Amino acid sequence: MTLDDVIGELRSGMTIGIGGWGSRRKPMVLVRALVRSDITDLTVVSYGGPDLGLLCSAGKVRKAYYGFVSLDSPPFYDPWFAHARTTGAIVAREMDEGMVKCGLEAAAARLPFLPTRAGLGSDVLTFWEGELKTIASPYPAADGRTETLVAMPALDLDAALVHLDLGDRRGNAAYTGVDPYFDDLFCAAAQRRYVTVDRLVDTEELVKTVPLQNLLLNRMMVDGVVEAPDGAHFTFAGEYGRDEAFQRHYAESAKDPQAWQQFVDTYLSGTEDDYRAAVRAFAKEKQA
Amino acid sequence: MSAPATTDTATVTRAEYCAIACAEIFTGAGEIMASPMATLPLIGARLARLTTEPDLLVTDGEALLLDETPALGSVGSIEGWMPFRRVFDVVASGRRHVVMGANQLDRYGNQNLSAFGPLQQPKRQMFGVRGAPGNTINHATSYWVGKHTARVFCDEVDVVCGIGYDKVDPGNPAFRYFALPRVVTNLGVFDFEGPDHTMRARTLHPGVTAADVAENTSFEIAELESAGVTREPTEHELHLIRDVLDPKNRRDREVAL
Repeated sequence: MTLDDVIGELRSGMTIGIGGWGSRRKPMVLVRALVRSDITDLTVVSYGGPDLGLLCSAGKVRKAYYGFVSLDSPPFYDPWFAHARTTGAIVAREMDEGMVKCGLEAAAARLPFLPTRAGLGSDVLTFWEGELKTIASPYPAADGRTETLVAMPALDLDAALVHLDLGDRRGNAAYTGVDPYFDDLFCAAAQRRYVTVDRLVDTEELVKTVPLQNLLLNRMMVDGVVEAPDGAHFTFAGEYGRDEAFQRHYAESAKDPQAWQQFVDTYLSGTEDDYRAAVRAFAKEKQA
Repeated sequence: MSAPATTDTATVTRAEYCAIACAEIFTGAGEIMASPMATLPLIGARLARLTTEPDLLVTDGEALLLDETPALGSVGSIEGWMPFRRVFDVVASGRRHVVMGANQLDRYGNQNLSAFGPLQQPKRQMFGVRGAPGNTINHATSYWVGKHTARVFCDEVDVVCGIGYDKVDPGNPAFRYFALPRVVTNLGVFDFEGPDHTMRARTLHPGVTAADVAENTSFEIAELESAGVTREPTEHELHLIRDVLDPKNRRDREVAL
């Protein structure tokens, strides 16, 4: 598949799950493709980072389900997410980080909800404006009392976008860093599943390159694979670090409309090849 | 015979009192995961592990469980794997004591690190609730505040992320694991053992007066006038803080005077 093929299968109004975590192995190449597209009015489910930020910068997000939003390094708070929130541009369904995992697991198992303690007593229930309910256990404890827990609803996704380090054409894919994050759960919770990989390899090379435990996705969990070298940039992936200088440039540019227009013109208005060339030029300029 | 300069107990800094106070958060914790979320609690957890609490599990803040107890920023040898997904399993198991920061904390221990202002249109956006609701309902949670001010210690938090004692439903056993053992700040050591589980002073750091604390807290703190003084670190603790764990003195940058 190509990036355009993936975007061609997505529609405005969809609920889209985005893999990775904060500013770690985010499918940024697909996020950029979304920013360039006409698709809008999205509901996004994410352990949020600059993925959510960039989508907010382009006014693509109507509603967001998230455990946090962080750039993971200074200035930590994503400026475009902050802008969308302080202007009331998005409906927030903020929740405990563990509730995101729980909701994806419910969807993966085709259950309407799973019980969890997380959220009780907190403003998470207020955030959800009646969308989030509790459930009483049918099994009383030894002392006769009944436990009432949060009934975390399934986070059913129309589509999942994830980025992994390597994969084959059929959708077998692996991570090579220290953490798989939740990318398999995002795929298992979604109707349509799209994976970008830094390196597309033969199945034989894939399974020889990584331990079995790193083979996170199998063919049943994937509908489309796109080879996208540096596809997680400027977040990190297994084979390259976060581009801290560029992330700072992103965050700085968001502070001022003129600077942002220049950022959009330089990095987000052409093709992915144009983006990579502009990023190389940025790195060169930084070095000089 | 005089003590070496690095263990000179006459020159103990405020940050070093904070470091041992953060270590004492873990006293008696046993074989659980210590999850400090800032520099001072990180020094504290590692100090506890090198002194009275050798069975604590600590990570590199990413996904590795550390075998040795290295200086801030180094990893050394590892003993296991703790990716984010497993952290949530540990949270639910209760075998963890987290030390979080707080943008706001009220007298019952309600904490905010999410945003200031109305939920759906905040005035200032921070991280969102992160793991605070799950942490506080599942296992011991303490707080570290490097600059104790009335803005942090406020009458009412804007967003309840970490839950406080007044949020506990005594009729619902799902709340039975809730506990907030300590709050350590640049001014002193506190808990929630005041009347109705309100914030109480345990000790103030040397040089801090009750008036200093009262001025920088918007509510009344129980037993503030009768609070003792934070103990002196031992020479061994000072050696571990100054020479082993934080030789670059990153601790001073996180503690307001």
